[in-house]
Amino acid sequence: MAKVAVFTETQGDNVKSVTLEILGKLAGQEIDVISIGDVSDSGLAELAKYGAGNVHVIKGDGLDQYSPEGYGNALKEFIGNGGYDYVFAGATSLGKDLVPRLSAMFGAGMASEVTNFTMDGGTFAGTRPLFAGKCLAKVEVTGPKPHFVTVRPNALGLPESPTAGAGTKNDVSASAGEIRAAIKEIIKGASEKLDLTEANIIVSGGRAMKNAENFKILDEMADVIGATVGASRAAVDSGFAPHAMQVGQTGKTVAPSLYIACGISGAIQHLAGMRTSKVIVAINTDPDAPIFTKADYGIVGDLFQIVPIMTEEFKKMLG
Amino acid sequence: MNIFVCVKQVPDTETKVTPNGDGSYIETSSIKWIMNPYDEFAVEQALLHKAANAGSTVTVVRVGGTKDTEALRTALAMGADEAILVESADNLDSYMTAKAIKGAIEKSGKTPDLILTGKQAIDDDCLQVPQILAQMMELPSVSVVVGFEGDGNNLTLKREVEGGALEVYTTSGPVVVACNKGLNTPRYASLPGIMKAKKKPLTTHSLADVGVSDDDQRIKYSNFQLPPEKPAGKKFDATDEGNQASVVAEVVGLLRTEAKVI
Repeated sequence: MAKVAVFTETQGDNVKSVTLEILGKLAGQEIDVISIGDVSDSGLAELAKYGAGNVHVIKGDGLDQYSPEGYGNALKEFIGNGGYDYVFAGATSLGKDLVPRLSAMFGAGMASEVTNFTMDGGTFAGTRPLFAGKCLAKVEVTGPKPHFVTVRPNALGLPESPTAGAGTKNDVSASAGEIRAAIKEIIKGASEKLDLTEANIIVSGGRAMKNAENFKILDEMADVIGATVGASRAAVDSGFAPHAMQVGQTGKTVAPSLYIACGISGAIQHLAGMRTSKVIVAINTDPDAPIFTKADYGIVGDLFQIVPIMTEEFKKMLG
Repeated sequence: MNIFVCVKQVPDTETKVTPNGDGSYIETSSIKWIMNPYDEFAVEQALLHKAANAGSTVTVVRVGGTKDTEALRTALAMGADEAILVESADNLDSYMTAKAIKGAIEKSGKTPDLILTGKQAIDDDCLQVPQILAQMMELPSVSVVVGFEGDGNNLTLKREVEGGALEVYTTSGPVVVACNKGLNTPRYASLPGIMKAKKKPLTTHSLADVGVSDDDQRIKYSNFQLPPEKPAGKKFDATDEGNQASVVAEVVGLLRTEAKVI
């Protein structure tokens, strides 16, 4: 059995679901959860339900806001004293930025963004996509402990019958130390929706959308089914959508439950970024478009006719 | 200012990836190599910052194989002043790569004021080297940067996070900046630029020269394989306006009853 720390992030009263996915997969290990900043009672209950033993809540000067140095310094001190074999975190914006620095503070190795893993005999072995998902490989960490792992959101899924833990809260004070690159301001994004990398449903538009204005019909469908809107590289390069919306090898790699591709032909670099979606729906006028080779449900037709009908059907079903 | 840019050479995005015989990596014999696309934004930002800060030099550093030198030649042709190559395998892990870059920068005898990198390499997709390098060099870092303003060492950097929100960082000393698409528009190398690049200094080191040994390995890969192919899906013809409504209703129904995702 390994002693494992899982770093969690919170979103309002909730803990990010990738934390619960990780906890579920770690069943059988000795698991502590670490949060910087408070965890609500309901968040604590969720963590306990999925197997958290101790929940360490770190607070201190300079930790009200994220900074790689501040969070890194605070966690280094706590993790260093904890005798952990492994430290897990979600491959979120924050996790991807923080964990490499933290691993280097220990001169330790890190496996990035695994989509599955095992802990046989308390030893980690993971699977991760490379080349944006064009291939998979087994990844193992070697060298000094603790070993660090980030996990792609939505990849593991939640366990159906989780093993509960004690969920004992423990307040810890720590210091951020010197912060040379600090956040002065946060500019909100246009969308309050879940990020593409964490979204459960994605509606995505390609070159056939013709212009930025037409993305409105995707927004309307997305509002009905609680989706986040994405775009292909062709659509981004044509100026129809910002790069933050791009799915593919030079954009975001996504793994939603449902991916609806509208007017996307399916270039190899786009398919690489979305092929691990559980269910793929493709709408395209060209019956030979490569996207249809990856689609569970392909509709050959004009997206400008199909999408509004589909939105109405979803409304009927969900309303 | 001493500006360093780290570049990686990666298979072109159109490459069809095939695992090699023993599954230890991919087949690389017939690959077209390019500069990692995100690194182009780093090179461009280095050149823009050099132009705005008189007396600056841009040194481009690459760790990787020698079969092709496309990435360094491109960076020099775009306008970088000199290049350093640390010869290694193309699939060195992030810890070894960062340590090699640190060693190469130290060997250059120049104290860096600014180190620019791409936000990630599109081959291993690890997103580790900028942050590990920063920690090893005891510098701050800002990653996924889409906004870069300021003079000399006084910088305002915009980092893109979930949902397209931006964290605005300020720094006033040496810093590692990992660049994202959208930061700038990388220039094309001009013909005179390409000619001049051939005369620019290129220093080559071995991994041992920059203090990296096998003991620095932190990640082991094996069992490279293609992702499982999905079974063929269902395809519906809705080109006729008459049956669109029924086709869409059927697909939406299947999403609930068969796929169970709605």
